[in-house]
Amino acid sequence: MTDFQVPVWGYWVMGAGLAAFLTLVGMYVKKNRGFKRPLFASPYVLWLALFTVIPCLLVAYFSFTDPAGNFTLDNFKNFWDSNYNARKAIDPKELESYLAMGLSLEDLGLARNAINIDTLVFSLWMAFLCTAICLLLGYPAAHIMADREFKLGPTLVILFIVPMWMNFLLRTIAMMSLLEDNGLINNVLEMMGVGRQKLLNNLAAVQLGMVYNFLPFMVFPIYNVLNKMDYKLSEAAMDLGCDKWHTFYKVTLPLSVPGVVSGITMVFMPAVTTFYISRLLGGGKVQLFGDLIEAKFLSTSLNEWNVGSALSLIMMILILASLGLLRKADPEGEGGGIV
Amino acid sequence: MKTLKRIYLGLILLFLYIPIVVLIIQSFNAGESRAKWEGFSLIWYGKLFDDPNIMNALWITVSIAVLAALFSTVLGTLAAIGIHAMRKRPQALMLTLNNIPMTMPDIVTGISLMLLFIFTQVERGYVTMLLAHITFDVPYVILSVMPKLQQMNKNSYEAALDLGATPMYALFHVILPEVMPGVITGAMLAFTLSLDDFTISYFTTSPLVQNLSTLIYSQARKGIKPTMNALSALMFVVLLVLLLLVNKRTDSQEK
Repeated sequence: MTDFQVPVWGYWVMGAGLAAFLTLVGMYVKKNRGFKRPLFASPYVLWLALFTVIPCLLVAYFSFTDPAGNFTLDNFKNFWDSNYNARKAIDPKELESYLAMGLSLEDLGLARNAINIDTLVFSLWMAFLCTAICLLLGYPAAHIMADREFKLGPTLVILFIVPMWMNFLLRTIAMMSLLEDNGLINNVLEMMGVGRQKLLNNLAAVQLGMVYNFLPFMVFPIYNVLNKMDYKLSEAAMDLGCDKWHTFYKVTLPLSVPGVVSGITMVFMPAVTTFYISRLLGGGKVQLFGDLIEAKFLSTSLNEWNVGSALSLIMMILILASLGLLRKADPEGEGGGIV
Repeated sequence: MKTLKRIYLGLILLFLYIPIVVLIIQSFNAGESRAKWEGFSLIWYGKLFDDPNIMNALWITVSIAVLAALFSTVLGTLAAIGIHAMRKRPQALMLTLNNIPMTMPDIVTGISLMLLFIFTQVERGYVTMLLAHITFDVPYVILSVMPKLQQMNKNSYEAALDLGATPMYALFHVILPEVMPGVITGAMLAFTLSLDDFTISYFTTSPLVQNLSTLIYSQARKGIKPTMNALSALMFVVLLVLLLLVNKRTDSQEK
């Protein structure tokens, strides 16, 4: 399949790791004179090391090496500058002389096509839009349901929780079949005399699919916080002469921040990392960061895996950063932890 | 104002539910085209069972879910018991490591495992998919068993040892009976998550070994056929029912 070779040190590291693990277990047994309960976790310690820790380190290893296993920063340079490879192919002196002749990069066929960094920026923008739309649609919905006078609220919330358990891929496919050329929406449009429209394979379809998939993740945490909030606080504000708008703006909104923050992270993170929503609803015409990573790994050329690893590393850092932000804004997990 | 609020909620819920309801209704449509309703029929469901690809994928999906649930339950229950008995610092470290697969986006977990299989030159296929599924299942088993351990009397294990039980005997006769409800919930959750998974399977298997979700994905890229509608509808209902069951269990245990 590929000509990838395990570097010699790979075997050494694996052997040394196993030996270290066994020594540690042995030392532990000796120190405690026999079997102690923490040893029940030892198979899983080994499993975690092999299938969680080492794979994460491998992502870092592949992103800092070339296919031959030599250290390089090219994968990241490649990421920052999409023309990097093309420039590298041309002799830099030759390139300079072309540029001196007044030819632009576009003339030389080195135009910046939207890959890598551009895709990341675009992807962040799409995720940001999706989060904003979900917040705008979801906050009022959560607020209405959390209203104490609205008796149906707690029942209706279940209808928002259930979609969170539904399989994303299947929900995306349902959306796809709704938007298809002979899907329900187009049939309705034709009956109304508007005529069939191309609804699939464009940006709006991808955005719609993202909002459709992730909206419940915004509604639920906000509802949770608003529902637990002491309603006497807003009543007190009203008694003290605040009008409805000011009560909301000065009391309810600030108190609901933890819910909003967890909602934002819970929508933003999957929205940045998705690849099948854009693939199915964008028909390959809309490329998000996730699609880019997928494409790099589906490619058979080995160098692409290194670039793909660099991209995954960047995504990992992005996710960790947003998780850190969440911890800071909502330390007690008030927004409601859902699996 | 009140009616306006209700209409708004209604619209949002319609938006969330219409696609799925339409998909399910269409899977019962007798005609090939989605353009018009040609009567109720189960032919597409029948065709599912005649398609060797789909039956093969079904077998792979279910067998992997069963095996992954089995292995991850054993591994996870033992791990939970061990971690529970650890001192503070190693315990915190283990719980953090345990959280990694749950917080990491699926695509990164999938890719990191894929790189492991590339690096160790294990050909991707059934076994690698199974290993990946066990990996993402175990943390959830641990999370299901842990609360039960915390409810347990701390001293009963030590008491059993003092009375002459071996650690293994105490494990099977003292600890396990107490935490059994958590273990069963964990196993059910692992089974369901394994059936539910698409992204991690997608990156850890080869195109030759497909489970239902990777099959649906590769078919859907070419456009949706009525059999795919039926398959999606079926999977949808099964997964939803399973998850509702698991959640009901967790809720009633917490009370």
